[in-house]
Order: sequence, then C-alpha cells, then structure tokens
Amino acid sequence: MTVRVQTDSFDQGAELSGFAQGRSDLGAVVSFTGIVRDEAGALDRMEIEHYPGMTEKAITSIVEEATRRWSLADCLVIHRHGPLRPGDQIMMVVTASAHRVAAFEAAEFLMDYLKSRAPFWKKEFTKDGSTDWVDAKVNDEEALKRWAE
Amino acid sequence: MIDVMYFAWVRERIGEPRERVETSAATVSELVDELRAREPRYAAAFEDLSALRVALDQELTDFDASLEGVREVAFFPPMTGG
Repeated sequence: MTVRVQTDSFDQGAELSGFAQGRSDLGAVVSFTGIVRDEAGALDRMEIEHYPGMTEKAITSIVEEATRRWSLADCLVIHRHGPLRPGDQIMMVVTASAHRVAAFEAAEFLMDYLKSRAPFWKKEFTKDGSTDWVDAKVNDEEALKRWAE
Repeated sequence: MIDVMYFAWVRERIGEPRERVETSAATVSELVDELRAREPRYAAAFEDLSALRVALDQELTDFDASLEGVREVAFFPPMTGG
C-alpha cells in the first residue's frame, strides 16, 4: 500500500505499469485519475491547500479501511497540492485484487472518502481575477452513506 | 498552551495559519467562545459552526470534544479532496 502527497506531477502510465509488477496472483487492476476541470473556460488555476501530517494519516486510515472491507492485493493513492492548471492531474487511485468487483468497489470507496475526509481545500482563481473556495457538495457527504453498512 | 491552526477561508478570515493560545477551555466549544470574544475577525471566522470542521491532534472530531491532553487544534471548512 502506497500513499504519496506531493506538489509534483506524476506519470500515470509509469505509475500504472510499475504497480504490482511481477505478481501473478492479481486478476484485476482498477485506476482512477482526477483532472482539473474548467467548465466554462473561465478557470485560470487552482490552488490546493492541505494539512501536512493529517493528510497522510487520514489517507492511510482510509486505505486501511478499504483493505479491511475488500481483499486487496495492493493499493496506490497519489494526491497533489499546490498550484494546478486546467487539464493537470490532481490525484490517482489504483487498486488491485484477485477479482474486478473488489477492485472497482474499493476504488470508488477510496474516491468517496478522499473527497470528504482527506484534509484538502481547493481555491479557484478565474481569468477575470476573482477567487473562490470550492464548497463541499451535499452529494459528496451523501456518497459516504452507501458505505455505512 | 495549545497550538491552534486554521485552513482555507478560516485561515484567511483570521489572517494567520497558526498560533499558540493560552487557554483553560475544557472543550472545543469553550475554546471557540474564547476566540470569538477576542476580536471581530475571530467572530467572523466562527460565525457559523455548521460550516466548520475541527480536528484534535490531526483526528477529525466534533465541537463537544474534550481538549484534555490535546496539543494541536485545527479549524477548517468541509474538505474538498479528490
């Protein structure tokens, strides 16, 4: 299990091909990459603030919970902070399991929890000079309820 | 003495990322009341607690939590990772 919190970009192809390399007990690898989206062509950049120390702890505990719930052979989470431009990769989650259902479900679980329980905050800077902290969505909190049982 | 940290718009409203606070507050709520009474910028930051989250020693908790033995308190808006 690997957790990385960094300002640098990452090569998702290299991460994926290096992931769980050489193992023959895996039946499925699922990956998700989050990208900075510019919906109306108005976004200049985004700054992601985080809580050093707590961020790594929170992500690690989310990963540990995923490994308790699903039989995961391995798991990788990369999350960036600092300045990002539209089209930049923000984060990546990769899960490996013997079977695809566990790999897909664990990846979704990780994404849902990273959104609402990892201490990151996004600030948007638009091309016209205005700034805005991105609000958490009610849907994001609702998404956690399906994992409650 | 306790370390108090602020993130995102809470940090911007208060004007600093962290400070050492001399307090006898027993709970997070009592600490919030003390901070609110200090200056208008604190009152503005802590105006609506439903818009805030709190972590004690880097663990998410709630405003009723005890501060006993706690070294680091952090206040921030709901998280927006992913």
